[in-house]
Amino acid sequence: MMNACPEKVIRMMDDYLDGEISPSEEKELKDYLQSCSDCRKIYQELTKTIAFVQSASHVQAPSDFVQKTMAGLPKESQRVGMKRFMRHHPLMIAAALFVLLMSAAMMSSFSDDQQFSFTKQENLVVEGQTVVVPEGQTVVGDLTIRNGDLRVDGELEGDVTIVNGQYMASSGVINGEIEEIDQVFEWLWYTIKGTFQDAVSFFGGNDQSIDE
Amino acid sequence: MDALVNKRIKRVMKGDQDAFAEIVELYQHQLFQICYRMLGNRHEAEDIAQEAFTRAYVNIHTFDQNRKFSTWLYRIATNLCIDRIRKKKPDYHLDAEVKGTEGLNMYSKIANDEELPEEELMRMEVQERVQYEISRLPDKYRAAIVLKYIEELPLAEISEILDLPLGTVKTRIHRGREALRKQLSNL
Repeated sequence: MMNACPEKVIRMMDDYLDGEISPSEEKELKDYLQSCSDCRKIYQELTKTIAFVQSASHVQAPSDFVQKTMAGLPKESQRVGMKRFMRHHPLMIAAALFVLLMSAAMMSSFSDDQQFSFTKQENLVVEGQTVVVPEGQTVVGDLTIRNGDLRVDGELEGDVTIVNGQYMASSGVINGEIEEIDQVFEWLWYTIKGTFQDAVSFFGGNDQSIDE
Repeated sequence: MDALVNKRIKRVMKGDQDAFAEIVELYQHQLFQICYRMLGNRHEAEDIAQEAFTRAYVNIHTFDQNRKFSTWLYRIATNLCIDRIRKKKPDYHLDAEVKGTEGLNMYSKIANDEELPEEELMRMEVQERVQYEISRLPDKYRAAIVLKYIEELPLAEISEILDLPLGTVKTRIHRGREALRKQLSNL
C-alpha cells in the first residue's frame, strides 16, 4: 500500500490520529511530513477521511420509539413474577411440592413392582404366570396378584386385587370383590386410596387390626 | 449520571417497567444511531435497537452494576447488528434485478464488489455518500469506526463494547481508516 513511506512514519501517523503520540514523536512526525510529499499526501487524505466520516449528521430515533419499545417488552420478567408468586403463596408451593414428591415416590414403587408376585394362601397352585384355585379346593382370605393372572376353578372366600393382569373367566366361585388394575394412573389412584384407608383405619379403630 | 442510571436499574431489577422506560428514553438516540450507521437503514435500525433494549430488559439480572450500563447496552446492540449484517448477505435474490439498473442483477453487483459507477457516486448527497462508504467497510472495521468517529467513544470503552483487546481495536480502526481513505481517494 503505502510502501513509499517508512513503516515508522505510518505508525506515528496512526498514533497521532489516535491522540496517543508522545511530544517528541509528534515533532519527529511533523519534521518528516515536511520533507516527504507522499507521506504528507497520505496524512492529508486520512484527516480528510476522518472529517468526512464525522460529517455524518446525528440521527434520532423515531418519535414513537420509546412507546413502541415498551409495548414490545414481555409483560413482566418471569423471574420477578415467579418470586412474587412464591412470596405470596407459600402454601400453594408446599402443596405442589408435596404432590410432586408423592407422585414420584409412587411412580417408582410402581416400576419397582414389575415382578410376578401374589399373596401366599393355602391350596393355591401356580401355572406359569397364572395363579390357580384348583377345582374342589377352597381358599380363604384376600388375594393380591401383581403381573400375573388368576383362574378360579374351585372356591375363593375373599377379595381379589389384580395389578397388571386379569381375572380369567372360569368355572369357580369368588365370594368377594374383584378389582383389576392395569394402568399406571389406576395404580396411583389405588395406592392413594389404600394409603387413605390405612390412615382411616389407623385413626378409626383398632378392632380391625386385632381381628386380622 | 451513572448513579442515576444505577438507581433505575435497581428498580428495573425489582420488576419496575416505568424505570426501564426512563432508561430507553435516555439512550434511545445513541443506540439508534449506532444501529443506523451499522446497518444503513432506518427500518432495520429501529428493529435492532428495539431488540437490543428488550434483551437488556430481559437479561438485566446479568448486568454487573460496577460497570457502565451504556457499554453493556452498546455491546448487545453491536452484536445484534453484526449478526444481522452476516445473515443479510445470502438474503438477496441473486437473480433479481437491482432497482434502477436495467439488466443489472446482484451477480454483477457482487462481481463489482458492490462498487457503484462514478457518475452515480457524484449524484449522491454528502449524507448519503457517508453512509454508503461506511456500509462498504467489512463489518469488523465498521463497528470500530462507527464507535470511534460517530459515537466518539474512548478506545478503552470500544474495546469493552467489542470485547476485544485494545491493540486489536486500534488495528481495526487503523485498517478501517485506511480502507476509507482508499475508497475516497477520488474525492
